[in-house]
Amino acid sequence: MRLLGLRTFRHGIHPPECKDETAAMAVRQFPFAPQLIVPLSQHTGKPAIAEVREGQEVARGQRIARPDGFVSVSMHAPASGVVRKIALSPGIAGRMTPSIFLEPFPGSTQEVAEGTPCPLDSAIPEEIVAAIQDAGIVGLGGAAFPTHVKLKIPEDKSVDTLIINGAECEPYLTTDHRVMLEQRDDIFTGIRYLLKVTGAERAIIGVEANKPDAVEHLRDGLPADLPACVEMLQVKYPQGAEKMLITALLRREVPSGGLPLETHALCCNVATTAEIGRLLPHGRGIQERVITITGPAVRRPGNYRIPIGTPLRFLLEEVGVKPDLNRVFLGGPMMGAAASSLEIPITKGTSGVTAFTENAAERTHAEVHPCIRCAYCVDACPIHLDPAQLGLLALSEQYAAMADAFNLMDCFECGSCSFVCPSHIPLVQQFRLAKRAVRKARSV
Amino acid sequence: MARGKTLEIRTSPHILSGHRVDTIMFNVVLALLPTTAFAIYAFGLAGALTLTVATGSCVATEFGFCRLSKKKSTVGDWSVTITGLLYGLTLPPGLPLWMTAIGGFIAVALGKTLFGGLGQNPFNPALVGRAVLQAAFPVALTSWIPGFTAERFASLPPSTLTPPLTQPVYPDVWTMATPLSQWKFDHALTETGDLALGLIGGSTGETSSLLILLGGLYLIARNMMNWRIPAGIFAAVAAFSGALHLADPERYASPLFMLFSGGLMLGAMFMATDMVGSPMTGRGCFLYGALIGVLVVVIRVWGGMPEGVMYAILLGNAVSTHIDRLVRPSVYGTSGGAR
Repeated sequence: MRLLGLRTFRHGIHPPECKDETAAMAVRQFPFAPQLIVPLSQHTGKPAIAEVREGQEVARGQRIARPDGFVSVSMHAPASGVVRKIALSPGIAGRMTPSIFLEPFPGSTQEVAEGTPCPLDSAIPEEIVAAIQDAGIVGLGGAAFPTHVKLKIPEDKSVDTLIINGAECEPYLTTDHRVMLEQRDDIFTGIRYLLKVTGAERAIIGVEANKPDAVEHLRDGLPADLPACVEMLQVKYPQGAEKMLITALLRREVPSGGLPLETHALCCNVATTAEIGRLLPHGRGIQERVITITGPAVRRPGNYRIPIGTPLRFLLEEVGVKPDLNRVFLGGPMMGAAASSLEIPITKGTSGVTAFTENAAERTHAEVHPCIRCAYCVDACPIHLDPAQLGLLALSEQYAAMADAFNLMDCFECGSCSFVCPSHIPLVQQFRLAKRAVRKARSV
Repeated sequence: MARGKTLEIRTSPHILSGHRVDTIMFNVVLALLPTTAFAIYAFGLAGALTLTVATGSCVATEFGFCRLSKKKSTVGDWSVTITGLLYGLTLPPGLPLWMTAIGGFIAVALGKTLFGGLGQNPFNPALVGRAVLQAAFPVALTSWIPGFTAERFASLPPSTLTPPLTQPVYPDVWTMATPLSQWKFDHALTETGDLALGLIGGSTGETSSLLILLGGLYLIARNMMNWRIPAGIFAAVAAFSGALHLADPERYASPLFMLFSGGLMLGAMFMATDMVGSPMTGRGCFLYGALIGVLVVVIRVWGGMPEGVMYAILLGNAVSTHIDRLVRPSVYGTSGGAR
């Protein structure tokens, strides 16, 4: 679907973008916290297995945990320092997870050692997949799904198009925007690796129209021999969702309950692609990532290259927060999770930290009214569900009916329905509970 | 720093669009104000009293029921004010006030509260109130006083203050036929220009089509009204009555007359579009509008009454959820067509 010459999908919402404050700010190096907390499980799948012991000295970039099986990735030391302990630390979901507590050496040059490179020209696809797993690369857009798992394409499937996701539709975040402006060559190298692994004929970089400078910059530098193009997308949430992006760019629909691969497309976040291009030629692993720190409660917002494991408390102290700080989200305000503690570390899947003041909270404190069948949610849902009907069924806990008759399980929880609801009915919140209940019932 | 501070934890999304039920409803009230003001200008004291008692009785009924059920008053969400205003705008301006008050009570009690309040009522409450009155007091509901009389701000028509439970008496010189009844029973057509401007007899609010359109366009611009519903109604009325008119111009009125006469404009813009009683899907709204449009023409042309907007909308309300079920769009990824 095209609107005013820009590609997009049907439905969706237009939340305030709030990106102006940080979009023009170059990525700066974030200082090392006195203690870094590296959870062994920062990705979807099995936690990594620690390869260091308490008291051991490690060098920055050194592997400190190895993958446990295929759906798991390596961890690398975010700083040269000493392992203080391996113990439980709180995660964003509130669960305690085993983590490596690392104390950086204050005077260290923090140089990163070279590893065994994975040369683009000579490496075979299997070697690239292994190198990506070994580099600890996961989806940096927020999903934190191990990238190499996605790249292991089953025998009976094929990929014709590689989609690089630079939509960044989440309000406030400018991480991918900055990566596109500052790491253009890394992105192109990453695309070459990915094209080689997937066997795709071409790559499309999809960027929302609110980042014209990024589109222009990428187009200007596009190497002649790279079968890639940059497409401008309409500014609309959730344009960056895999399904919506595939539909916008290729006019193909991911079948309900199926994998995106079934459309012969493979999506990779632009920051993830840049990391592949940056790390693989040097055989290094992820020890830091780019994040946006922003929101009404942050005094010095900006984009930072931050060591993995930086605790939230240190982060907020560095950028300064206003006294009426009220809520902190990992990610943006549409899909980000609220932090229950400031001891939570930044992990590979954290694309930003947004802090709100009490005043900004007013909009979610609103009184709940009955559904007036305004159909705003019906017009917002990107996958054409009937959130109003689902909401009614959820009230009476008819979860099975929601899944069987109203396609509940296709909901990917973008939150557009709750955003637009003038009655402030917690629609997506109920759907999350309902989906869990259905999964539980089905697994019995 | 945040030490000793409580962080709020909620699940995403953490921001809202800012649309609220009460602001939507309040904007509908705003959109109705030009029409309301014109009704008072056209009918003077009688119009003002009818609208005041209509709105007042609706609001008082809702407030009373909230008190009775010991719930927080829902008057503040403005929805009952809309009901009251719309109800008042459908009444003949000389209607005895005691009838107006009874109808207002019925509109809210039977049309809304009985079904569970806001969002639960399948039928437009204002029309429920009017339909009951129409059945109970057919003569009073079809006796129209002329607008724009010189003494309209100085004196009331004798029927307005008829004592409760007695029938009003209408002086012959006061009652006036509406353009629709003139067309239906006397085969006389009114100028479309007079219809659009509202220089005609009729219910308090069914006079100035242009002001009604203006209010509706305001709501459409603010995304508080589904334009597909009036569009469907207008298209169906124009097409159906146009075809009839072409076949026999002597017998059937022109589409323009059909569009601008009677309660069609108010009904299409403000009553059929009531969110609660209308479909939620885009295609459903077109279909629902078209159904109402066809019914309006059928009732006006072949029915026993000159006007059919009220019954057409009530019938549309009755089937709106079924229309939705009929045209429910396929969920993303289930059609298989796009692959």
